[in-house]
Amino acid sequence: MNERLLSLRYRWWPDHVVGEILSKRWTETAIPAIVLVIVAAAFSAAIPGFLSAASLADTARQACEIGFCVFGMSLVIIVGGIDLSIGSMFALTDFCALFCLDVLNWPVSAVIPTTLLAGALLGAVNGILVGYFRLRAFITTLITLIVYRAAYDLVIFRHSNQIAAAFPDIPSWNFIGGGTLLGVPSIVLVYAVVAIFGHVFLTRLRPGWHVTAIGGSRRSAFNSGIPVRRTIAQCYVASGILTATGALFFAARLGTVGGDIGVGLEVTVLTAAILGGISLGGGKGSVAKAVIGTLIVLLITNGLTTLSAPGGLNRMVLASILLIAAMIDIRWVKNRTRIISKVYVSPTYHAMPPIPATDPDSGSPFAQNDRLRNVAEIGVGLIEAPEDIILDHEDNLYAGSRHGDIIRFFPPDYERMEVYAHIGGQPLGMAFDRERTLYVCVGGMGLYRITRNRAVEKATDETNRSLRSVNDDSRLRLADDLDIADDGRVFFSEATVRYEMHEWPVDGLEARGNGRIICYDPNTETTKTVLHGLKFPNGVCIASDRQSILFAETWGCTVKRYWFAGAKAGRVETVLDNLPGYPDNINLASDGNYWLALVGMRCPALDLAWRMPGFRRRMAKRLPVDEWLFPNINTGCVVKFDEEGRILESLWDLGGVNHPMITSMREHRGHLYLGGILNNRIGRYRLADADPNFVQYDVRWGAAQ
Amino acid sequence: MRPVPAAPRRAANWLRPSQQNIVFALFAVLFVIFSIFLRGFLTADNMLTLLQNVAVLGILGLGMAMVVIGRGIDISLVASLAVPPGLVLQMVQNGHSLPFALAAAFALSLAFGLVNGWLIAYAEVPSLFATLATGLFLAGLGQVALFKLDVVQWSPGMNALTVIGQGNIAGIPVSVIMFGLAAAVVTLFLRVTRLGTYLYAIGDNPNAARITGIPTRPVIVLQYVLAALIGAFAGLVMAASVNSMPTRIYNSTLIYDVILVVVLGGIGLSGGRGGVVNVIIGTLLIGTMLNAMTIMDVSYSGQNLIKGLVLLVAILTDSFLNPRNEETAQQGDI
Repeated sequence: MNERLLSLRYRWWPDHVVGEILSKRWTETAIPAIVLVIVAAAFSAAIPGFLSAASLADTARQACEIGFCVFGMSLVIIVGGIDLSIGSMFALTDFCALFCLDVLNWPVSAVIPTTLLAGALLGAVNGILVGYFRLRAFITTLITLIVYRAAYDLVIFRHSNQIAAAFPDIPSWNFIGGGTLLGVPSIVLVYAVVAIFGHVFLTRLRPGWHVTAIGGSRRSAFNSGIPVRRTIAQCYVASGILTATGALFFAARLGTVGGDIGVGLEVTVLTAAILGGISLGGGKGSVAKAVIGTLIVLLITNGLTTLSAPGGLNRMVLASILLIAAMIDIRWVKNRTRIISKVYVSPTYHAMPPIPATDPDSGSPFAQNDRLRNVAEIGVGLIEAPEDIILDHEDNLYAGSRHGDIIRFFPPDYERMEVYAHIGGQPLGMAFDRERTLYVCVGGMGLYRITRNRAVEKATDETNRSLRSVNDDSRLRLADDLDIADDGRVFFSEATVRYEMHEWPVDGLEARGNGRIICYDPNTETTKTVLHGLKFPNGVCIASDRQSILFAETWGCTVKRYWFAGAKAGRVETVLDNLPGYPDNINLASDGNYWLALVGMRCPALDLAWRMPGFRRRMAKRLPVDEWLFPNINTGCVVKFDEEGRILESLWDLGGVNHPMITSMREHRGHLYLGGILNNRIGRYRLADADPNFVQYDVRWGAAQ
Repeated sequence: MRPVPAAPRRAANWLRPSQQNIVFALFAVLFVIFSIFLRGFLTADNMLTLLQNVAVLGILGLGMAMVVIGRGIDISLVASLAVPPGLVLQMVQNGHSLPFALAAAFALSLAFGLVNGWLIAYAEVPSLFATLATGLFLAGLGQVALFKLDVVQWSPGMNALTVIGQGNIAGIPVSVIMFGLAAAVVTLFLRVTRLGTYLYAIGDNPNAARITGIPTRPVIVLQYVLAALIGAFAGLVMAASVNSMPTRIYNSTLIYDVILVVVLGGIGLSGGRGGVVNVIIGTLLIGTMLNAMTIMDVSYSGQNLIKGLVLLVAILTDSFLNPRNEETAQQGDI
C-alpha cells in the first residue's frame, strides 16, 4: 500500500523539474524580480491608485529617464568598471539640450544629435582615460564627476536665467517630453527599443560577448585577442550617450536647469544596477536585471514620497530594502550552483521483479560459464574504450576509441591498425548503410557519418524541441547506438537528455525515463523524436521483418520492439523482460537470432535502492559522488535471444580475465568480436557452429557492390 | 670591498616615481609657486589656517585609509561624522550630562561599525554598496529620530569639549593637534600592533591571509568599527571648531574629497599599500590647493574644476610612470 503511494507520487510529481528550472540562466534574475513584485504589491496595498494607469504613466517617464542611465552604468559595470560621473553628465547634457533649444534657438532635429554627441564626448573623456590610459575607473570617474559638476555650475551660473525665461512651444519637443503613441509614452517606446537592442547586443552579438568577456576576465580577454582598450573606451562612450538620452527626455519634460539636477544620481543608478543583480567587478549582468533594478528603486522612492514619509524615513526604508535584497541576492548567486547540484539529481521509483538465477549450476539460460575466458585479443593496449565494433565485407575491423578516432584493424591477423577517421568526440554505436557510409553515434556531439572516401560529416546534432521538457532537449547529449532501415532512415537511441556523457551512471541512479529513440532521415535531412520517456535506451537493431527495431533499455533491464512501418506502426512491445543484467548493444546472429550484451549484472542492493527514491535522494545530497551507489558494470556477458523473447545461450568470462565487461559484440565469418567501453582490447571468440560466411553487411544490404 | 650600504638604496626608493612621490612633488611645486607668486600665502597665519581647514578632512582620511588598506571602502564615513556627534550635541541640549551623551554616541558608533563590518565580512555584501546603504540608513535615522533641526546647536553643557576644536596649544590650532594625535594613533596601530599587520595582509590578498590563519572576518569588522569611531571623532572636532553640527553635511560631496585624499596620497584602492604618510601628503596637496584658490578668490565651482583637473594630471602622470597592463590588472579592480 505504502509502496503503491510511493510509486504514484514519483510517477506524477515532477521532481526533476526543480533542478532543471534552477539551472536556467534566467533564474539569476529571480530574486530581484520577486523583490520587485513584493515592493509593488506592498505599495499598491498601502497607497490607493499606486498602480493606476495615470500614476504608472508618470512613473514610467521618470523610470525610463533613470533607466537609460542605469543601462549606461550597467554596461560599464559589466565591462569591469564603474561610472560615477553619470549624475554630472546627466546635468551637463540636460543643460546642453536646453541651451541649444532655448538660447541658440536651434531646431529640435539639431538639438537631439548635438545632445547625444555631447554625451558621447563626455563619455569619451572617461573612456580614453580608463580604456586607453588604463586609469582606475573608480577614481577617474570620481574626478570627472567633480569636474563635470563644476563645469555645470559655472555654465548655469551664466545661462540659467535665459533658459528659465524661455518657454519653447515646439510640437516635436513637447512630444518627446509628454507625448504618447497609442497610449504609450514616447519615452517608453524608445526605452523598449534600446532595451531590446541591448539584450540582443549582450547575448547575441560578438561585441556584446567581448564586453562580457572583458568584464569576466580582462587578462584572458586580452590574451585571446579581444581589443580590450577599445572596447572599454566604447563602453564609456555608450554610457555617455545613454545618459544623454535620458537627459534629453528629462529636458523635454521639465525644461529646467536647477542646481541640484543629477546630484546623487550616480548613487541611485548604481543602487538600481546592483539591486537588479549586476555584480560589481564585471562579467555578469543583463538588460532585464537593469530594468528590474530601475523599477524597484523608483517604486520605492516614489511610493515613499506618495506616502509623504519624512525624508529621513524614506532613506531608512530604502537603505534597509537595498541591504536585505543585496544580501539575499549575494547569498543566492554564491550558493546557486551548489543548490542546483544538490537538487538536480532526482531519483524516482523503479521496482523490478526478483533477479533471475545466474549460478553456474542453476540450469537457467543465464548460467555462468567460462566460455569467453580464452578469446583471442586484438590490439591490446593499442585501443581504448571500443564501445562498438563493426566489420565490413573485406573483413576490416572498425572500432571507436576514447580519443575521438575510428580505428581500422586490417585482416587477416588484425595486427596492423590505422586511424580511419578522426571525429573528435567518443564514437559509440556504428552501422554501415547501403553505400557503405559508416554512421556513428558520437557521445556529446550527435550522429556523424564517414563516407567511403573517409570524409567526416555531421548527419545531425539536434532534434525537435519537446514542449514538456524544461531543459532544452533539442541538442543531442548522448547519442548511443543506431541501425539503419531499408529506406535509409537511421534510428538511434539517445540514452539521456538530463546528463552529459561522462555523467551517465548518475542517470542510473535516477532510473527515470530520460532517454528517447530518434529517427534521422537522410533523404529529407530531418530529425524527429519517435519515442521518449525510455529508461536509458541503448542498443538498436533492425528486426527481421525490416519494419521494426529492437531496442534495449539499460536501466529498465528490458528489450523492446518498436514498429516504424507496416500494420503495427507506432506500437511498442516488450520482447525480453526482467533481464539479470543491464542490456547494451543488440546485433544480428548468423542463425537469424540476436546477440545482446549485458554490460553489468544487477544486484539486490541497487534493486532495493531503486524502490527507495528518498534514500537515493538523501545519498545524492549528503555523500560525495564517489561514495554513491552505482550500477555494477564490472562484469557482464553476451546472450543470444530470439524474437519470441527466449534466451538461447549465454557466454561469460566468469573470472573476469579477458572480457569482464562487454558493451557490444558483432558476429562475422564464424567469429564473435567483443567490445567494451572500459576495455583496452577487442575480443575475438570462435563460434563453433556458426555460418562461416556470415557477413552482416551482406545479410543486411545484399552482396557487396 | 665593503658591501653597498643600505642608504643609497633607500635614497633610490625615495626617488622612485611612485604616485606618493609624484603627489608630494606636485605639492612641493605648488607650494613653492604659491609661496613665490601668491601674496599672503607663505605666512605663519595662513599656514595655520591651511592646516586648520584640512584637519577634519585629514582625520576622516585616516579612517578611510585604514579601510582602503584592508581592501574596502567606507562611503558611510560622512554619516559617522555627522550623526553620533550630532547625537551628543542634541542630548546635551536636551539636558543629559556630557559623559552620558558621549557614551551614547560611542555606543551608536560602535554598533554602526559592527553592522557595517558584519555586512561586509560575514554577509559578503560589496563594501561600496554596503556602506552606501548603511550611510543612507544612519543619516535617515538621524533625521527622523535623533535631531530636531538640521543644524544641531552647541549648548553650554558642551563647553568641556570646546578644547578639542578651538584655541591654540603652543601656537598650533588644537584641531591640527587632534589630526596629529589621530595620525599618531593610527600609525601605531598599523605599524606596531599585530592587528595592523593583519590589515595589510588582508588587503594584499584576502584569500592568502585567510589560509595563513588570520581571522580575516573579525579583522574586517574591526576596520569598519575603527573607521566609524574615527569618523565620530572627526565629527566632534568639527562640531567643537564651528560650534554646531550641520547634519546636512551628509548631502555634500565631502566623501569624494576624503576618497581623493586617500587615493591621491598613494593608497591604492586594491588594498595592502600605503600608510598614514600618504594621507598626510594627500591632505597637504588638497589643503594647499584649496587655500591658494581661496586667497586667489576663485569661486567654489572654479575651485572644484581646477582641483579635478590637477588631480587628473596627477593620476595620469602616475599611469605613465607606473603603467598597468591587462596582464597584471586584477579582476574586479576598479
